[in-house]
This record gives sequence, C-alpha cells and structure tokens, in this order.
Amino acid sequence: MKLPPLEYACPASLSEAVALLAAGGGDARAIAGGQSLMPMLAFRVVAPTLLVDLRKPPELKEIRISADGVRLGAMVRWRDIEDDARLAAAHPLLKAAVEHVAHYQIRNRGTVGGSIAHADPAAEMPGICVTCDAEIAVIGSAGSRVIRADDFFVGALTTALEHDEIITEIRLPAWPANRRWGFREFSRRRGDFAMAAAALFYDQDAGGSAVNAHVGVIGLGDRSRRLPEVEAALNSQVIDEALIERAAEITSATVDAQEDIHASAAYRRSLAGTMVERALRSAAA
Amino acid sequence: MPTNFEVNGKPVSVTVEARTTLADCLRHHLRLTGTHVGCEHGVCGACTVIVDGYAVRSCLMLTAQAEGTKVTTVEGLSNDEALTPLQASFRKHHALQCGFCTPGMITTAHALLSEEPDCDADRVRDVLSGNLCRCTGYISIVEAVLDARSAYKKPA
Repeated sequence: MKLPPLEYACPASLSEAVALLAAGGGDARAIAGGQSLMPMLAFRVVAPTLLVDLRKPPELKEIRISADGVRLGAMVRWRDIEDDARLAAAHPLLKAAVEHVAHYQIRNRGTVGGSIAHADPAAEMPGICVTCDAEIAVIGSAGSRVIRADDFFVGALTTALEHDEIITEIRLPAWPANRRWGFREFSRRRGDFAMAAAALFYDQDAGGSAVNAHVGVIGLGDRSRRLPEVEAALNSQVIDEALIERAAEITSATVDAQEDIHASAAYRRSLAGTMVERALRSAAA
Repeated sequence: MPTNFEVNGKPVSVTVEARTTLADCLRHHLRLTGTHVGCEHGVCGACTVIVDGYAVRSCLMLTAQAEGTKVTTVEGLSNDEALTPLQASFRKHHALQCGFCTPGMITTAHALLSEEPDCDADRVRDVLSGNLCRCTGYISIVEAVLDARSAYKKPA
C-alpha cells in the first residue's frame, strides 16, 4: 500500500530532532534508515503525522573502538559494520551476526539504531545487545540516559524508549582477545528473518574451563533473551562434546518459543537447541 | 518544498507529497517507468535503484531522503546504440522471461559488479537473494551476472 499522509522534517541537530518529537506528542516518529519503519507505514501498522529524519546529525554516524569496547552511533549502517575491518578483532560476534541481517539492498540503508528501536523479536542486533549486555544511550526532552539492553527491550516491537527519545549510541563492552564465541542462525532463505538463532560467548580460565558464559537466543519468543540455565551448565566446566549436547537439551527444554505461520513452537524449541549446539561447537573448535 | 537531486546524471527538482516514495516519484513524476514496483514493502527488490553508489530499495526511501543524492535507475544503465555488456549477458543466458524483476536484477548486479568484479557464484547468490524472480529459477540470472564480470574488471 501507499504510505499514510504525513509530514517530513530533516533537522540538522539532535536537539532540534528531540524538540520536534516532543512537540509531536506520540504522533511524531523518528526515521533512521527506514528499512523497518517504511514497511510498517506501507502496511499502515503505524500512522505518524510527522517523520523526523535523523540522517543529518553527524555524531550518530561514528563507529568508535577503544579499550572500553565498541560504540556504534545509532545511524551506523549494516554496510558500515561490514566494511570496518577493525571490528573483526574488536567484536567478531557482532561482525558475524551482521552478516545475517537482511539483504544486500537493505544492508546499504538499514541502521543499528533503527533495528533496536523497531525491536523485531527475530532481528539480530537486539539479540547481540542482550547477549553482550550492551548499554543503549538515548537523548530526550528530559536529558540523556543510558538503558541496559535487558531493560530496553520490553517485548515484540516494544522498547523502553519514550516518544521524544532518540537512540544515540549502542555501547558494547570490551571484547577480550582470547574470548570464544559462536553465532548460528537458521532461515529458509538467505537474508530472511531468523526462525531461530543463537549468539554466545565464554572466556576460559587458566585450567581451560568456561567462565562468564553468555548464551542468547533470537527469534523464539517476544524478544531476545539470555538462557541462564544453559549459562550455569557451561560455567566452570570444560566445554566438550557431551556438554555441548547437554547444553542443546537444556536450551530446547527451557527456551520460551512462540508459534507463527513459519514454524510451530515445538519446532522452534528444537531448532534453538540445534543452533546453540552448533554455535558452541564452533566456539570450542 | 521541492526536493533536488540528480537522476541518471541530470539534475531534477520535484515537488511531491512527503509520503511519496522515491519509487513512485521516479515512475509517476519523472516518468522513469523502468523502475518496477512489486511488493511496496521491501521484499521483492524490483524497485532497486543505485543511490550514491549503493543499491537500495526505492520503495523503502522517501523522495525527500534523496535530497542532494545521485540516483541511477535502470534507464541510466542502458543506451540507445547497443546492449550494454550486462544486458547482453542477460540476453545470452536467457536470464529473463516476463521481465518484471529484470530492472531490479540489473541495478543490483551492476552495483555488485562495480564494487566486486571478482565475486564468485556464492556471492552473486547472496546478493541476489533480495530480488525475487518467479520465472527463471535464478540459475540463468546467476550465470548471466557471472559472465558479465569481465566487463567490469579494470584493465591491468
């Protein structure tokens, strides 16, 4: 369908953008790359009266890498992450996950901030944020604040953002050089949304046992979540084939999955176990 | 307020409703009907155009967002004299039947080959996974794109 009637503004600064969103009440929406919002408009799932384009403020476009970790400006595109060779060492899990985001043309416009603001349960970036304990920096009429990823994602297409708040930055904690990690995703066609995906990492202590295990699943329930039971099973253990199979069993038994037109809940739980199994095997290899 | 940008090397200035997508602007206001509109929600890839060197879906972009950019449509990738190497390769390999998806295939393939003239079949399949064709089964399209690579390689 054609988009509903709306007005468009393209402010030069973040403060102007916040003022426009605040003045619009709940009827103004920020637009980043538009790769999720434009379909939502075409389906008339949302019908804002004003779109506030965020493409001009220059501070939203930077990828900054330091000892504290990786900071992605909200308007950083998937393409920018693909093209940034530093990220292969600075955050290999992010790099691997982004390879699965949508299709070529979408990756040329879609942004990290737009993806997490949209909060599709099957999208990779929210899953990476949750798995890696990312912090989401936002700015609004009441000032700036930082929201933990686990608090940011409330449910399907629902976040903790207020209507006049704009995501400025995603902060991923530092990535130790010897960290083990894996990412596996299943979709029927390349680039499509995940029917299930697993993002995970752990560090190893002097004896070779896993510590600090983080295991996240994508595309299962109303939002990406970590699996504390699986993490507990991995921590303080040497990751071997028997433990990998056990982790897959715990995943399938404990994960919360929803049924939709693409797959039943039981199939998704089983698939999640397989994704965790394969991701762990690649991490341990 | 008019939106100013460049289409196929020529400056244009259009005044359209804010909700008008770049795809509809190209077709209805600039009469460049080579850009096809299939799904209108970013799934089929038929409306792919090249904006500042990047292949993008023109149904997922507002006209206003094209302000100051250089847009290339499928019309900009052809000439009146003869088939371009990419077009000739599509013809040679029977890479189209009904032709509806072809503008999107051509623009996407052109953007890919311009950046990655050495891409392999797997990369071509990966990139074209965002373009739906209901006639060919894709094999002939992938072959056509691979065969056109030589035309995009810079002379040594």
